[in-house]
Amino acid sequence: MNKVKTLDDLRKIRESFRAEIDLREKSSNPEQMPQIKVSMATCGIASGAKEIMNYFIETLNLRKIDALVTQTGCMGYCYAEPTVEITLPGKEPLVFGYLTREKADELINEYIRKGVMVDGIMPVTYDAVEPE
Amino acid sequence: MTTFTDYILVCAGTGCRASQSEQIISSFKSAILQHGLKKKVQVVRTGCFGFCEMGPVIKMVPDNTFYVQVSPSDADEIVREHLIKGRRVERLLYVNPDTKQQVSDSKHIGFYKKQYRIALRNCGFINPENIDEYIARDGYVALGKALTEMTPESVIREIMNSGLRGRGGGGFPTGLKWDITRKAQSGRKYVVCNADEGDPGAFMDRSILEGDPHSILEAMAINGYCTGADRGLIYIRAEYPLAVERLKIAIRQATEYGLLGENIFGTDFSFRIEIRYGAGAFVCGEETALIHSMEGLRGEATIKPPFPSEQGYKGYPTNVNNVETYANIPVILLKGAEWFAGIGTEKSKGTKVFALAGKVNNVGLIEVPMGITLREVIFGIGGGIKDGKKFKSVQTGGPSGGCLTEKHLDLPIDYDNLLASGSMMGSGGMIVMDEDDCMVAVAKFYLDFTVEESCGKCTPCRVGNRRMLEILTRLTEGKGEMEDLQTLKDLGAAIKDTALCGLGQTSPNPVLSTMEHFEDEYLAHVNKTCPSHRCTKLTQYCINPENCKGCTVCARICPVHAIIGERKVPHVINFAECIRCGSCMEKCKFNAIYVI
Ligand SMILES: Cc1cc2nc3c(=O)[nH]c(=O)nc-3n(C[C@H](O)[C@H](O)[C@H](O)COP(=O)(O)O)c2cc1C
Repeated sequence: MNKVKTLDDLRKIRESFRAEIDLREKSSNPEQMPQIKVSMATCGIASGAKEIMNYFIETLNLRKIDALVTQTGCMGYCYAEPTVEITLPGKEPLVFGYLTREKADELINEYIRKGVMVDGIMPVTYDAVEPE
Repeated sequence: MTTFTDYILVCAGTGCRASQSEQIISSFKSAILQHGLKKKVQVVRTGCFGFCEMGPVIKMVPDNTFYVQVSPSDADEIVREHLIKGRRVERLLYVNPDTKQQVSDSKHIGFYKKQYRIALRNCGFINPENIDEYIARDGYVALGKALTEMTPESVIREIMNSGLRGRGGGGFPTGLKWDITRKAQSGRKYVVCNADEGDPGAFMDRSILEGDPHSILEAMAINGYCTGADRGLIYIRAEYPLAVERLKIAIRQATEYGLLGENIFGTDFSFRIEIRYGAGAFVCGEETALIHSMEGLRGEATIKPPFPSEQGYKGYPTNVNNVETYANIPVILLKGAEWFAGIGTEKSKGTKVFALAGKVNNVGLIEVPMGITLREVIFGIGGGIKDGKKFKSVQTGGPSGGCLTEKHLDLPIDYDNLLASGSMMGSGGMIVMDEDDCMVAVAKFYLDFTVEESCGKCTPCRVGNRRMLEILTRLTEGKGEMEDLQTLKDLGAAIKDTALCGLGQTSPNPVLSTMEHFEDEYLAHVNKTCPSHRCTKLTQYCINPENCKGCTVCARICPVHAIIGERKVPHVINFAECIRCGSCMEKCKFNAIYVI
């Protein structure tokens, strides 16, 4: 790993990583992968987020659906854990709550494969400071 | 791919469901069918929008129109007007109470986003185990700017001007603390992050560490630059294994990039961070006890002054700040003090993270601007009280805080208002209680906790709190006397005045505040009744023989077999055996069981 020696070095890392994310998120190219973020803080894990994350990885693999499954921290909806955020290429991210294996199947079959929304969307109830 | 072009999102949160959201969904489905839109429009249930006062609410996608107080009979009109003719149904739009104007786009409705995330900005957004994702969100830019473009004094001035106050409970001005540490004369100094988080029910700091560990490392390094320290210590309870793991990964990654270590950003500033583990004693969250614990001594508080900023870890000046306090620092440097000071109230700037728990529908981690009211938090974001029960009280400040009531609901939340009403901000636990909660028992719960957690060093806390707990125990067992109430008040006042550290000085607060706001409940306990039927020794479950059908359900559910009776013959409860768990009453289909 290259050391960061100046602010410019840091900004270079920032820009290249942002470009990568942009490519992943903003492109509406159907070849692009859907992204699934699992909320993996203690509260999520206690309600089964780890199993859900594994289930997504296994099932998507099995069905040969290209998708990126990653983890993130607490989204704040503790009452609805486990929660996942799904971003289809070219679409706004959507958060779904109360995940079970059945719900995960439904999300894969309906939302990820066909783009059909399913019950259980968690409205984003907050704004966050945005980067520069 | 889908052929749907429009979506109707119906809030199916508990609040909206109570006000007919299921019927609304079915009316929409039939209206859509009737108008031949089945292939074009989809109805979707969603979680809570956090706008329960105006529920049921629905949102039209993709144009984001928000309709409020919708009833099932409105469905047909919305489908005809909005979906077919493309006209908004004006009468169902939200009217902004201040401007009296209709607002249609959900993005512009103030209520809809009462939450503003500064400290939690990256939680639930980035992968906490990937430093590049943090950097993509401007991570470490504030550190770079501070080191290469600002003097320590100017960074401190910025923090001072922002008005940031400590989020660990005391609310001490952060910039001032940094300045005091900076001015302390010493060849060595330390920066400490207090991640002990001992309040029962609080998990704000844990969530920040688990979701955005780099923000803490960056802020600690900035603090080191300002105060002249080259070492940072994170004191974290060992019960937070995931937070510890993510911190370790973060420290490793930051060190690999050279963002921690020697000559950061090519300057002569060097900074290392180590983790220290606590065993989970509440008093070790108090900064002097915390420092002693890190030194390998007993976790006991010592008298201040000297303050840690003057004489702390191993006798060196030590700047102690809370996790959430640190999480605000990088943003303040990037966005400017003025921006931060523009959020909040006159004396409390920025936002506060709360762990909202208890009898609210939407239990969760929330971050709100200072100055928001308790009502907005509990009935808005929190979605109101569970099972349609009545609100009774909200506890803030944990074992050091107090209970607020109905009359405080419209109080803007900030450090000074909470203190003036007999509670405190504390670290951000917020526990909501309903009509079923007994306030004497609640006070006893907190005092139980402090008695257990008292380090025992000073007499008022060690002995005084125990005497108070004994009185409370007597009250909840129906053995209390009138003069006990005065003794509680006197003891409470004396402990507050004479205890050595913050733990003892604040421990009578839950008792004193409930005595002030719920005096009638204390009097009832003196008269040997518990109005909420919580105190088991003052409560009796009985079976009304007129209603009892002898179905045997209660006898089978009773965990201690205290209910006896033949089939089809009214049952009776053996009071001596009964543990007053209430399961029988819950399960009885004939309303035959009552409680006195
Ligand atoms: C009994 C007691 C427990 C405390 N527990 C914590 C704690 O868990 N976390 C914390 O940050 N501060 C705690 N504090 C406050 C600390 O002593 C100290 O004020 C704080 O860490 C300073 O950081 P701040 O100015 O950023 O809030 C506690 C204080 C007392 C009296």
